[in-house]
Amino acid sequence: MISWPGLVAQLTEVLLAVLLAPILLGWVNQCRAWLQNKNGPGVLQPYRTLRKLFAKEAVLAHNASPLFRATPYALFACMCLAAAIVPTLGTDLPFSPAADAIALVGILALARVFISLAAMDIGTAFGSLGARREMMVGFLAEPALLMVLFTASLISHSTSLATIVAQLTQAEFVVYPSLALAGVAFTMVSLAENARIPVDNPSTHLELTMIHEAMVLEYSGRHLALIEWSAALKLFVYSCIGIALFFPFGIAQGGDALGLVLALPALAAKLGVGGFALAVIETVSAKMRIFRAPEFLGTAFLLAVLAMLIHFLLEA
Amino acid sequence: MQLILGVIALWLVLGIAGVFFPRNLLLVSRVLFPAGALGALLLAAAALDALGGEIQSRVLPLGLPDLPFHLRLDALSAFFLLLLGAVTAGISVFAAGYFRRGEGTPPGLQCLYYHLFIASMALVLLADDAYAFMVFWETMALSSYFLVTSDHAKAEIRRAGFLYLLIAHVGAIGILLCFGLLHGSGDYTFDNMRAVQLAPVAATVAFALALFGFGAKAGMLPLHVWLPEAHPAAPSPVSALMSAVMLKTAIYGLLRVLFDLLHTQVWWWGVVILVLGLATALYGVVFSAVQSDMKRLLAYSSIENIGFILVGIGLAVIFQSYGMRALAALALTAALYHAINHAYFKSLLFLATGSVLHATRERALGKLGGLIHRMPWVAWLALVGTLAIAGLPPLNGFVSEWLMLQAFLFTPNLPHPYLNMLIPVAAAAIALATALAGYVMVKFYGVVFLGQPREPSLASAHDAGTWERAGLVWLAAGCIALGIAPVAVIGVIDSVTGQLLGKTLGASATGWMFLTPIGPERASYAPLLFLLGILAVWLLTWLAVRRFYHGRVRRAPPWDCGFPAQTARMQDTAEGFGQPIRQVFEPFFRMQRELPTPFDAAPRYRVSVEDHLWYWLYLPLARVTNALTRVVTLLQRGRISVYLMYSFVTLLVLLLFVR
Repeated sequence: MISWPGLVAQLTEVLLAVLLAPILLGWVNQCRAWLQNKNGPGVLQPYRTLRKLFAKEAVLAHNASPLFRATPYALFACMCLAAAIVPTLGTDLPFSPAADAIALVGILALARVFISLAAMDIGTAFGSLGARREMMVGFLAEPALLMVLFTASLISHSTSLATIVAQLTQAEFVVYPSLALAGVAFTMVSLAENARIPVDNPSTHLELTMIHEAMVLEYSGRHLALIEWSAALKLFVYSCIGIALFFPFGIAQGGDALGLVLALPALAAKLGVGGFALAVIETVSAKMRIFRAPEFLGTAFLLAVLAMLIHFLLEA
Repeated sequence: MQLILGVIALWLVLGIAGVFFPRNLLLVSRVLFPAGALGALLLAAAALDALGGEIQSRVLPLGLPDLPFHLRLDALSAFFLLLLGAVTAGISVFAAGYFRRGEGTPPGLQCLYYHLFIASMALVLLADDAYAFMVFWETMALSSYFLVTSDHAKAEIRRAGFLYLLIAHVGAIGILLCFGLLHGSGDYTFDNMRAVQLAPVAATVAFALALFGFGAKAGMLPLHVWLPEAHPAAPSPVSALMSAVMLKTAIYGLLRVLFDLLHTQVWWWGVVILVLGLATALYGVVFSAVQSDMKRLLAYSSIENIGFILVGIGLAVIFQSYGMRALAALALTAALYHAINHAYFKSLLFLATGSVLHATRERALGKLGGLIHRMPWVAWLALVGTLAIAGLPPLNGFVSEWLMLQAFLFTPNLPHPYLNMLIPVAAAAIALATALAGYVMVKFYGVVFLGQPREPSLASAHDAGTWERAGLVWLAAGCIALGIAPVAVIGVIDSVTGQLLGKTLGASATGWMFLTPIGPERASYAPLLFLLGILAVWLLTWLAVRRFYHGRVRRAPPWDCGFPAQTARMQDTAEGFGQPIRQVFEPFFRMQRELPTPFDAAPRYRVSVEDHLWYWLYLPLARVTNALTRVVTLLQRGRISVYLMYSFVTLLVLLLFVR
């Protein structure tokens, strides 16, 4: 059942995702700098940050529990697993039968619960505030993401992401009205889940409205490096889910070696455009008040449910 | 069957032995409770053995003359007996270390009620006639009433116990009337009820009565009000037993009436159960998010889980009524899987709160915190339960959630257009409830075990004793095993779905590792691979970081954005953590806020959150009852001549009619 070329392709894809995810983050930051008439630090800046953080010693609070120290590794493992089941280059993924789209949402939820618990571990005011807000964003974003994935699963009669992508690629140039709504919902969810404007601001440490940054305030050194890396991977995974669901053209079918090689520039191009779009969204919109976030995400949730309803009603 | 009856007899003997030594704690906790746990294990083994076997019946020459107790052991009973035995084993071992002197009822009596309670639950599951069922059902309610009120010196506990008893009996009336309809003109054995063909109207009324009666016991909306009162009042092993097993006997009763005693299912019965289940799930989880008492929080979470199980049953009824048996089997499997999951993780968490309660004498979340340092065993085992109940892979809560979502997702076109619209909305509601459960559990775990201790007295908290640890380890191991071996568990559940629906799920087409309920190309999930994947990456990352970088760590005071005057009171309290939910779901609650002005010398912030249903349903009902009682009291004159006249008039009237 497991083929060797498939296994090699799987491992390559995960390694590529892990190694190249910081570039995507660097690209988004660079685009944002350009849009704001700044020079920007270059796309490789996240790597420099990671190297600096890894080299530093880790400072732990006196009352940090083992859970606090284990969380960065758990987070990183969850994101690697998520990267392993989302088709990026090809659809022949031997790990794919182990976890389907629902399990993908489960992995992301697992990561969220871990980071929230770790944020509450030290017992600082900012930590528990961040955990509470993260869970508030999560309890609406998670079902919305699930509904988006459901809409795609209903179209392709499968919850396996590899099968979904294979089906969607074959049905080229058919526009599904349900997927269009789901796409809007997915964009809103990804903005919230990746701590982006308008829900959260990734480039601040000193705002009373911060969410993700408030949770990781107590981390330093290698732990912080792993968390930053996981955040980059999360952005990469979300972008790849979006690409796989809404722009799957170019992803190699099966274990076709030539297709895999051709899929790489296609993926890079799509990620480049996506990253630029994200920078534009972040530049032109203002951050919301924290209690507007449930309305924003509630809208996303309703849109996703509507997408599923439309599929049931129109059969498309 | 013999072995099961033997275990039940053993429990009764153990209970009676406790009466003779009511204050001998050593005997009760070191001999009687461990022996009861051993019996529970035997019961589980016997039930597992009986699952695949033939139906066994037996008539016990007990009870009234000409009305012996009929017992029957089929797959449905055996499955719930398995659940009862497996979970009770852990709870009894924990209880061996839990009950103390000077906490309400003496330990010997506690032992009697406890073993009577579990024995009556086992007999309810075995009963095969309405008479025996009601006798055991009432024994269960009464013994658990005495357990709930074991700390009866406190008025609020007596009140909680009364509410519990009241709703248990209102529900029992429903069940009694339901059996009255079901038996037609024959006798009260279930065999006769299976043979009777009811008219559609009578069947519908019987269904409604059963849903009312068993729903009251299960904590279905709007009959859930006793649950958040009774569960916190009871000692923790009893809360665990009630939540894990007693609520499931109600589920058992509903399944028995729906799929065994009634022959046909009507599609809209399924819709009623589904909608009530969804409402119960959402209501339970939203309320559980705003609680500030850890046992009340868990009690509301039980309501949510019962709602989840009801949703599965409702879906199964809808599919079965349209002849889609494979999907009905999938939905029912999800419901039964969740029943056993809930039994494991909820009892684990209730027992953990028991250990916390003993270590700190505190139930309010606002006075706990930082216990992971003082009670590492309880904290780490509770973490397993927390992740499981939040529905996270690779633990057991995720499996039933996964199965349930698959059932929604692969709903084909139903012949009814409105039903087709209900299905995606219901799936969304279930997804929302599960995500909210994650919120609730982060709140529960974070506030109790993480952070800084909110009270100085917590510094002296001690970890659980050996017996308590053993019970917790057994339940946590169950959560993990149920999570990573779903194919084996579904193999067990298959005999139940085979009996009730005539169709089994057949969990895997591609080996024991992959759960593929519909077909490998449609959906598959391999929790063991998943777990191994996470652990492998975890280990590799850790090794890589250690290999290429240093492992130096420096301890320092917390950073907290450089704020120096940080105290434990600046952490989120339970109320603070629930605040977003209070804001987002404001219409759900009846809220009263008391906010300080900026110039208050002694500022006070108070918020109380109550259930609308109390004011909309229960208090008006109580007022009507009171008014009616007042009318009846007009008869009470307190003079014997008036009462004699009543008797005389009654006699006259009766004579008039009889003649």
